[in-house]
Amino acid sequence: MENFTLARPRSLDESFAAMRAPGAMYIAGGTDMMQLLRDNIIAPPGLVDLENLRMTEISSTPDELRLGALATMADVAANPAVRSGWKAISEALLSAASPQIRNMGTVGGNLLQRTRCPYFRDTGSACNKRVPDSGCPAIEGDNRDLSIFGGSPSCIASHPSDMPVALVAMGARIVLRGPGQQERVIPLRELYRLPGDTPWVETNLRPREIIVAVLVPASPAARASTYVKLRDRASFAFALTSAAVGLHIEGGIVRDACVALGGVAPMPWRAEAVEHALRGRPATEASFAEAAARAADGATPVAGNRFKVDLAARTVARALQIAAA
Amino acid sequence: MPRADTTRRELLGAGAVCVTAGALATTYPTARARAAASDLSPAGEAPVTPITLQINGQSATVGIEPRVSLLDLLRETLELTGTKKGCDHGSCGACTVHIDGKRVVSCLTLASRCEGKQIVTIEGLADGDRLHPMQAAFLEHDGYQCGYCTPGQIMSAVALTREGHTGSDDEIREWMSGNICRCGAYPNIIAAIRDVAGAREG
Repeated sequence: MENFTLARPRSLDESFAAMRAPGAMYIAGGTDMMQLLRDNIIAPPGLVDLENLRMTEISSTPDELRLGALATMADVAANPAVRSGWKAISEALLSAASPQIRNMGTVGGNLLQRTRCPYFRDTGSACNKRVPDSGCPAIEGDNRDLSIFGGSPSCIASHPSDMPVALVAMGARIVLRGPGQQERVIPLRELYRLPGDTPWVETNLRPREIIVAVLVPASPAARASTYVKLRDRASFAFALTSAAVGLHIEGGIVRDACVALGGVAPMPWRAEAVEHALRGRPATEASFAEAAARAADGATPVAGNRFKVDLAARTVARALQIAAA
Repeated sequence: MPRADTTRRELLGAGAVCVTAGALATTYPTARARAAASDLSPAGEAPVTPITLQINGQSATVGIEPRVSLLDLLRETLELTGTKKGCDHGSCGACTVHIDGKRVVSCLTLASRCEGKQIVTIEGLADGDRLHPMQAAFLEHDGYQCGYCTPGQIMSAVALTREGHTGSDDEIREWMSGNICRCGAYPNIIAAIRDVAGAREG
């Protein structure tokens, strides 16, 4: 690990000022950062510690949930309001990492976790995301865990986090603050960028901008939501495929549905075709199976991850059954 | 020759600071800490900053580089070697300690972010010669073979019991998932935790 300086600002403005140092990066819970630093995937000359900004609030109104960007994964998962009104968020968090990591990791950090692509994580390999235009060995190589949606000839890395899948399904927005700029609010989906031919640009954050909070609308579908995660072992593993699903069923008819997939794309992947196929249809196992089959619409798998096409559809089918139960 | 009642740690640490017998020294000379830090990071030019940490109820002032993990600080500078380094990537749990009452992995924790927080390590669990009930239960149930993961297992198990995640063996397994045991002592680890949790309820 290279050396760095550590600034510990006490306000947003102090944070923006500390980030003027060339190459400086923010650090929140640090659970991913520390691994990236230790493996020399990143080597910033300075870190700006956000911990003293607090921003740990978890609050809700009948209309909306607000998660401070520095709330820990453990605290959000255990929050009674989250567990009743936005269930899939709690379930996604409890399926993520380990209890120790969840005590450290934050909401904002989890949104920005870097890919687990083995080539990105190995400085001995080429990787367009880590070293622009160095190549992508994953496309012909070990790509079992990588994307079946949204990739490009430059990069097929997948986003590893669970909570953002639930957040994207529920139509969450994020609150951003930057130097000399009023608060701006954007849909969480617009935080992320597909790799295209610049996979090293992963988000639409402006320079020095900080995620302050996540806002999640309340809805009957969010209340009756669930998160299903399939992985190589029963616990403490990244998703092969996952699905966040919320259903609003009235009189046996699906009034509203929200569906997003994890482990299959460079960002949490909203499955609009599935949502479309569900709305207005009877809440039966047959119609769920029919809708779930649409989860793989538009998939472009590579040799090692073709299995994810069927698996994604089955993950959605299972999640729909659970959400409707 | 060591006396028969000499502990393994005293034997291994002969000539060094003896943690089990003595109290943690309140202040560590900065020069010594600097030497330890530069051993870890020969290229180092970042400032060595003195920080004061609360570890097992005692205060320790050390001078460290910002990049030093809490795990390396504990082991290399403070010679609290009960906390183990396994993967150094947060995957194995051997380095689990408590910060402000919550279990965390010390390998992914920057020591310089711990100022003002209460840190408890495996060395801080026993009350003098009286083992913590979880330590006693691990002995009783043979909850280890090689013992390398054991300090982390016990720190996690103590936290898990406090968190109330002992409702069933499945719940214990899930909430102990951050601690890996290559020897496969899991059944006995679960028996030890169940024992302590049951005694609490009863």
